[in-house]
Amino acid sequence: MSTHREVAASGSSTVEKAGEDPSSAPENRGRGRDLATIPPVDIFEDPHQLTVLADMPGVSKDSLNVQADRNSLLIEGEIAFDMPQGMSALYADLQNTKYRRSFVLSGELDTERISATLKDGLLTVRIPKRIEFRTRKIKVDVT
Amino acid sequence: MFEGLFNFDTDSLFDEFRRLESQMDQLFGQSPWPAGIRSVQRGTFPPLNVGATPERVDVYLFAANLDPKTLDLSIQQNLLSVSGSRRVEAENDKAEYYRRERFDGDFRRVLALPEDVDPERVTAKYRDGILHITIPRHESARPRQITVN
Repeated sequence: MSTHREVAASGSSTVEKAGEDPSSAPENRGRGRDLATIPPVDIFEDPHQLTVLADMPGVSKDSLNVQADRNSLLIEGEIAFDMPQGMSALYADLQNTKYRRSFVLSGELDTERISATLKDGLLTVRIPKRIEFRTRKIKVDVT
Repeated sequence: MFEGLFNFDTDSLFDEFRRLESQMDQLFGQSPWPAGIRSVQRGTFPPLNVGATPERVDVYLFAANLDPKTLDLSIQQNLLSVSGSRRVEAENDKAEYYRRERFDGDFRRVLALPEDVDPERVTAKYRDGILHITIPRHESARPRQITVN
């Protein structure tokens, strides 16, 4: 269960709304349906921006929530798919109905201009760096 | 709405054991009692859920950004196997990676379905990163209402 704690630890106060989140109610702890799955991510940086790729299959545009403030990024989404009436589970690797993960951002990132795209369950979030923080090549003149 | 597919009936003692087994598996890597012969370690790509109704069996594979052309689905009697590949392309050589958690490579998952499925009428579709395979059960195996004259 340590993986779930990781999210709570790295989340800012805007992410973990203790009173509203049903998973924080003691009687619901440990029940699969109230916990969120942590989506696997790739994170890389180039001179202009930081990119986060997250696998979130089952999430559609309507159920996706990408939120950023000055120092945190939250990605979450509800998992939805066609399911016949009265279905019972024979086997389930995925036992949660949502994904959630958050990251702490640093000051050089321009959170006003974050962009996000979702395609076939793959979420791409691009966080540009503030212009003054972009890496510049310094040309050395040899005299 | 997900009750059925995401939660085992925890009132049953057997399911409690199964839950315990998966927790033990997570903690120690191996459970002290025998696991299913085709069971896989946690975190195997892609995760899958299987749900059943009296009419059909539904298999959901959670695999984002898949090229459906790489998929190979086959079914023999009641043994379903799905293989394919998911490549993570580096979009920029200069990029510096901090995390690489997403699956990259070939995968294969095999699962035994209930005995009464009809392998002739399997359908599959890919949407929002979920591969949904539907396998109807044989008509003769479905529960029937018997009228008493």
